[in-house]
Parts: sequence; structure tokens; C-alpha cells
Amino acid sequence: MNAPDGNIYYLRGIPVPETPPPGKDPAPWKKTEIVGQRLPRVDAYERVSGVALYPSDIHLPRMLYAAVLRCPHPHAVVKGVDTARAEVMPGVCAVITGKSSESDFTWSFSKEIKAKIFDPTCRFEGEEIAAVAAETAYQAWDAVRAITVEYHVLPFIADESKSLDVSSPQIHSGGNTVKTDRYSRGDVTRGFAEADVVIDETYRTECELHTPLELHGCVASWNGDQLTIWESTQGVYSLQSRIAEILGIPLSKVRVIGHYMGGGFGSKLQPGKYTIIAAALAKKTGRPVRLFLTREETFLAAGNRPPATMRLKAGAKKDGTITALEFSCTATGGAYPAGGTSLMDWLVKDLYLCPHVKTEMRDVYINAGPARPFRAPGHPQGAWALEQMMDALAEKIGMDPVDFRLQNIPYHSQGRDGNPPYTSTGLKECLIEGAKAFGWEEAKKRSRESKKGGYIRRGVGVASGLWFAGGGNPPSTVVVKLFADGSVNLNMGASDIGTGTKTIMTMIVAEELGVRPGAVQIEHADTGTTQYATPSGGSKTVPTDGPAVRAATLSVKQQLLSFAAADLKTDNASLTLLGDEVISAKNPLVKMKIRDVTGLKKRGVIVGVGYRGPNPEGKVVNPFAAQFCEVEVNTRTGEVRITRFLGCHDSGRVMNRLTYDNQVFGGIIMGIGFALSEARVLDRNQTGKMLNRNWHDYKLPTSLDVPVEMTSLPIEKPDDLANTIGAKGLGEPVTIPTAAAVANAVYHAVGIRMTGTPITPQRLCPAVEKGGKESS
Amino acid sequence: MSSDHDSHRCTCGKGLSRRQFLTSAGVGALVVAAAGHLEKEHEASAAVMRSGEGDKITLHINGKQYQMLVEPRWSLLHVLRAELGLTGTKEGCGRGECGACTVLMEGIPRYACMTLAVEAEGMEITTLEGLMNGEELGPVQKAFVEHDALQCGYCTPGQIMAVEGLLRKKTHPTMEDIRQGVSGNLCRCGTYNHIFDAAQRAAELKRGGAQ
Repeated sequence: MNAPDGNIYYLRGIPVPETPPPGKDPAPWKKTEIVGQRLPRVDAYERVSGVALYPSDIHLPRMLYAAVLRCPHPHAVVKGVDTARAEVMPGVCAVITGKSSESDFTWSFSKEIKAKIFDPTCRFEGEEIAAVAAETAYQAWDAVRAITVEYHVLPFIADESKSLDVSSPQIHSGGNTVKTDRYSRGDVTRGFAEADVVIDETYRTECELHTPLELHGCVASWNGDQLTIWESTQGVYSLQSRIAEILGIPLSKVRVIGHYMGGGFGSKLQPGKYTIIAAALAKKTGRPVRLFLTREETFLAAGNRPPATMRLKAGAKKDGTITALEFSCTATGGAYPAGGTSLMDWLVKDLYLCPHVKTEMRDVYINAGPARPFRAPGHPQGAWALEQMMDALAEKIGMDPVDFRLQNIPYHSQGRDGNPPYTSTGLKECLIEGAKAFGWEEAKKRSRESKKGGYIRRGVGVASGLWFAGGGNPPSTVVVKLFADGSVNLNMGASDIGTGTKTIMTMIVAEELGVRPGAVQIEHADTGTTQYATPSGGSKTVPTDGPAVRAATLSVKQQLLSFAAADLKTDNASLTLLGDEVISAKNPLVKMKIRDVTGLKKRGVIVGVGYRGPNPEGKVVNPFAAQFCEVEVNTRTGEVRITRFLGCHDSGRVMNRLTYDNQVFGGIIMGIGFALSEARVLDRNQTGKMLNRNWHDYKLPTSLDVPVEMTSLPIEKPDDLANTIGAKGLGEPVTIPTAAAVANAVYHAVGIRMTGTPITPQRLCPAVEKGGKESS
Repeated sequence: MSSDHDSHRCTCGKGLSRRQFLTSAGVGALVVAAAGHLEKEHEASAAVMRSGEGDKITLHINGKQYQMLVEPRWSLLHVLRAELGLTGTKEGCGRGECGACTVLMEGIPRYACMTLAVEAEGMEITTLEGLMNGEELGPVQKAFVEHDALQCGYCTPGQIMAVEGLLRKKTHPTMEDIRQGVSGNLCRCGTYNHIFDAAQRAAELKRGGAQ
């Protein structure tokens, strides 16, 4: 369609095949029986009973445990590695280093920037130096500690604002600029001249770490030249292609299995060097090898949301028209090209009507772990700037922030070439319905009253968002099998990363075939036995694979009805499925049990194949959101307590209300962490090392930090233009506006614009004392 | 899985007592802390154990006895997962931060990663698997399914054990009790609100409420 969509992050760097067109598209559902219900997860039993085998639970006969020695310096050259002592330690079976032929592979960060698996130049704290396989994990770590390394320690740069200074060490030979992206439409000078008010502000978001509960890693096992990998991953096929490419072996020789996985949030879309290291150790020892990182290692070397300093200048007229937006940012994806500024300006370009927009984004290197895509890359950062700016503009022109946003709702994607329309946009409904359900007006009044006395101040905040992707896209292939007794097998390659994919796909099958969801059994996320799917990321699994599941199911249904028509001596157009029967719509006496259909009995199974068709030409499929929250600020301690949150989302059709609400709350809670407590801390001046590489010092929201009162309010507008199930993505939009809504509520409570994350008591308290804006 | 715990092989029924272990561990710690020249002397004595050498202990897990050889440094979590294959108990951090490895010891929630296997000797240990009644889910597990109190499911075993521990102590927990009760268990997917609902429902089920 246009350039940015063709290069969406979850598909970058992996070959994506075309699947055939899906055939005749089925008509949209008018009324659904199962889709949209509150159905508990189809795999909940496995997950709560402990029988679900996550990759980290895999225990193979003769399996060894691996551990990795990592560079303790942010920038150094490895002069020598002495493994002699480690090699003779109890239980040790193999030690590999940069000198070992078994691990002599190249890892590409981009077309130009490549490194060895154990590269002599370490550009961040945590780069891999050597690895050990031993009988127990304890013994592997004993051996890692016994390896001695001679380093030539180099000067480092851990502050991206100083990365481009001439005095800063160069991280790669071409200098410390990764790239600079520029965009412009209209004429911002003219736009600012037309404005009644202009605000220019600098915002800052800190580096956020994914930290899914299951550690990153895999179990690797060779059977001759056939490699099997059980990895905690969001996409088995994206892993397969990358592993095959690095090892130089055919795709058919790499089987990746990832039935369950304990969270990824974007950090498990691709393999890590750990995957290759496990495969190399397994090859060398001739035994299966389990390599899962420690929690500390995941903090250093398993990705992050890049920190950013953003400047936004905005102009508006008194009537509420936005006249110009000028955005620039400097951000860093760490020591390698890793999308440091990816999509950070997208909301500025696309969320509100504005004729004059200019953006400039500079991605620079620092000596820190490379970023990985993190739940809506760039968007929460961009929203932090834009949505606080919207609030500030509204105040300055004397408008309510909800009304101000309502006045600037676009129905075309202005950031894309040719200004294509969205298939649907529920932004207006999200704001109106959300404000109504939240009690926006009354809540505003309540906070005004709280300012009359006492040290607890109340405030309310709103923020909106859209997600750049979320419409899904080809390819996806799905196979549905109907057994002779009317039960069903669904075979798809997609991973269920905790979003309820398996449950939703089951509901689609059940909806079309009229069977109970319990009659559907699923095989998924295995390159050896299931069909091609792109990784589960970009909020696209439901809109991508859902239509393919529906197509496969319809194929089965049509075949079944044809067989039944032959038995019943009628035309199949008059037949429908009802429970376990095929029945004539014209004459209810003409019917038969599914299990008695001769064609099905003869074949044993009916197989239907479904493909994902293309998205509508010249249109954009995006989900929209508005979130509202109320906070109490303790002006004595600087503590912020969020008392309630409401997420109002337009993600098209609601597929399963139970898992839908769970996603909405989960996204909000992650956003609360981004707003109030999460920040990677690097020792910028003295050592360059990460100071908070654990959950004691890097604070996630706990059960005590989240509001008990949470509301999820879907704007249910099935998007029939988007795809054949009418659903858009949900997983990412739910965390985009959250942090900005919190900051706006804090401002509303105490009149202080907190322009940097996280809003901690240590920073809010002095600002309250000064009675003004936080000094940056 | 190690066969060391097979009861027909190892019938002594007596492991290293907790006190014996602590004595030897204390000596070991002293050796490390003291000058290196002491090391050889102590290595010669039996007080310092080598990697790979185990002591016999008996663990009581989910109503069964496991007699096995463990290294004194092994955590209960390691023994549950790697030695006994009880992988319902998860490892999120291995250092007492996340609660994914929560088990009950004498009915009280404890982090298995911060508990040495030898410390757990003689105590009644309950893991997620121990809440099952054959193939049937226990009341807390049922409530988690009903209220969708999970997403990726990796913190879930720990959350369930924390709620189980809470409900064994309090049959009518308040919302504040529940929030406190699971405050040592991180959920990165952010399912806390559904966990609160599930805990309330579980209390009802345990009191004999409508199934």
C-alpha cells in the first residue's frame, strides 16, 4: 500500500511468502452465537493445572544446561579467553568461545552491521563472550565463573544526548548516528503564523524493559542434521527462517515448537544469540541443551523500549483548530541498529487533523543493550508528548480537553501518501462514550472541590491514541479438519502469547460449524506440523489469522453440505448446520446427523484450507482508543494514587469479551508502570553499567499499585471493510494513551506538568514545593 | 528426571538434618571468607562438599515422600523442576522478586527459589500439582479459569498458590487482604484485577458456594 506498512517491524528481515487469494469472501456475520461471548480460555485448564509445558519446562533425556559468560564492561575488546580451568570442572561437557568452530556464525543487526556470535568487540554490557554446557545449571555457572577473560576496556557513552559529541567514543566505524528520518507536509511556518496560541515543550520518556515472566531462551536438540528448538517465542516461523539462515541449513531441517510461552510483548519476535549458542552446544556435545537466560541477563540483553527526548511545538486557534505540529526527537536503540526512533512521530503525523506537520527523528548509538520491538513501538512515547500537548493547548484556549480532541478527529490517514481513508474510526465514539461512562464532567467538578483544602488533590486526565498497524495482513494458511463424529481439529501456525488467540480461533470455528467450542481441538505454533503464520505481534494475530480460520471452516462446511445434499437428495444451497445435524431450511423434516453423512464417513475426515486475503485496496485499518483516569496526589509525599481507569476502545468486533477486558486492563497496567515507576538506570558518568537489572530496583506495578476500579468499554463497530471477521487489533492500542492520561491527571490535580517519565515521588515532591513545572 | 529419589533405591529414610547442614554450610562460608590457604585443609575434611556430591534428604511434597540426593546449595525450586519434573512451579527470576515459584510450606506461601531444598526437609510442601483432585481442578484453579485471571499463564501458578495460602488463613478475605495476599507476585500481563475477582470467587467456592 505504501512504504511504512510494507516495512512493519514484526515482519522486518524475514521472508514472507504470498498465500493464494482466499476465494470468494464470505458475507460479514449479522448475528453471532458464540463470537463475542465471555468464553473462558480453551487452554485455561492446562495453564492453571500445571500440565501446560512451556519451553522452559521441557526436560529431555540426557539434557544439558547451558550458561553464558557476558562482558561486564559497556565497551571493550576481548584480548584473550582462558577456559582451561572451566573445562575440567565437574559436570562440564563443552565450553565454546569466539575461537570455537562450532559457534563461528554471523549475526546480522542490519545489512551493514554484523557481528560474530562471540564477537571480540563488546559494545554493551552483557555481550556474549563464551558459553558452557554442563550436567546441571549450577555446574554450568560454576564453570562460567571459572573462565578468565582479558579485556581491553574502551571509553563508553551511555547518554544518548551526548552520543554525537565529537569527544564521545565511536561505537561503529561510521559514527554514532544510526539514521535521521525527516517528514513534512504543508508549511509549519505558515501554520504557526495562523495560530492564536503556540506552545513549545520538551518531553522525555525513559527506557522501559519488557521483562516477561518466562525468561528468554530455548531447548535445542539435534537428531543427525535435523535441529529441533523449543523456544519461548511469539513466532515459530520467524524463528525458523532466521535460525536456518544463520546456521546455513534448509528450512526443512529446522523445526521450531512454541506451544506455550510466558509473555513476550515484542521481545520474543525473533531468536536471540542464545538460540544459536544452544544449537552450537547441542551440536558439539551431541546432547540436547537447555539455555534460558537469568533474569539479570534479560535486563541487559533481551531488548527494551528506547528512551527518547522529544520536542514538540504546536499551534492552535481559539476555536480549537490545530494549525501546526513540529516534532523532533533523539532516541537510541542501544549499541546496534534496533529501531531506536521507530514510529515515534506517528501519532503526531496521524492522530489529529493538522495541515502543517514537520518531524525529524534522530536514532543514535550508545553502549547499551539493543532495543527490541516493545508493545506499540514508538507510540506510548509519542503519545506522552502529543497528548500532554493537547491538554496544554486545550487549557490555553479555554476548551475542555475532550471537546478539543473531538474537534480534530480525522477520517483519513494523513501520515500516509495519498491520504487514504480508514476503514473505520471510532475515535469520536471512544471519546464521547468514554467520557460519559467515566463521568468526566462530575469528576472534573469533584477535583475542583478537592483543591479547597487538605493535602490530597484529585485530578482527572484523558488521552487518545491510534495504532499504526492492527489490521493484519496476508499471509496466513489454516487447516481445519472435521472428524467423522463431528468433532474438529484446527491447525494453525500462530502463537498464543497470552492474548487468547487459541480461544478466539476456536470460537470462529464453533460459530461457523455450530459445534460446541469444546469439540474443537487445536494444534498450533510448530513449524513441523502446523501451517505458515507470521509472528504474533503488531496486534495483528486475530485480524490476520481469524479470517483464514473462517475461510478454512467455511470450506469444510461447504464440502459437508455437498455430501449431505447427496444423501438427502436435495441441493446443498438449502441446507444448514444446526447442532450435530444437517438440516434443510425449507423443510425441517429433511435432516440428518453429521456423523451419518456418507461422504464424511467414507473419507474419515473433511479437510478445509483457508487463506488470508489481501486488505482492502487504498484503505487503512487502524484501531482507536481513548482512556480516562482519576488520581489522587499527596502533595506532602509526592505519591500518585490512581483511583480508577477507563479504557474505551474501537477494535472492531469484540471476539471474546472476557479476554478483551483482560487485554484492556493489562495494557493499562503496563502503561501505569511506564508512567509512574519504570526506568532503566545507566551509570552514565562512571561505569556505564545498568544499575537496576532486577525487579527489586526496576519497579513493575504490583497488585497494590493498580486501581481496583477498572472499566473496559468497547465501542463495538464490526469493521466489515477490514476483513471477513470484522475485528481489528487490540493488544497494543490498550497501552498507548495510558501514561499520558496519568500525566494529564497529575497536572489537573496539582497544576504541574510532569514532562518526563516516570512520575516518582522523588521528582513530583520538589516540583510541588516549587509550585511549578518540573525543571528538566 | 533423576532416579535418585526412587524410594526402592534409597530406603534410608534419613537425610542430612537441618542443623547438620547449617553447620557444614557455616564452615563452608567461613572457608570462603577466610584466607585461601585454609581451603586445602578443609577440602580434605568432609565438611566441604564438592559440586555433584549430594546428601540424602526426604521431602514431603503433595502428600508423597521423595527420598533423594541433593547438593546442599540446590534450591527447592531446582529440585521441584529439574529433579522431580514438577514444572507447574515456575522460575521467573530465581532471586525472590516475582513469586512465580510460590509454593506452600506448612500451608504458608513461600518462594521456592529462596528456599534451599535441605531447609524444606520435613515440611509439608504443596505445589500447584498438589491442588488438583485427580484430573479435577481445585477451587482456586476453577475460579482462575472462570474469571480469566491469566494471560500468558506463567505467573499464574504462583498467583494461585498465593491465593490458596491466603484462603487457608482467611475464609472471608477483604479486597485489601487479597491485594496484600498477591502483592508478592508480579504479573507482567497485568491481570491483577481478574485475579482479585478470582480470589473472591475462590473464597466462595471454598466456603461451599455454588459450583
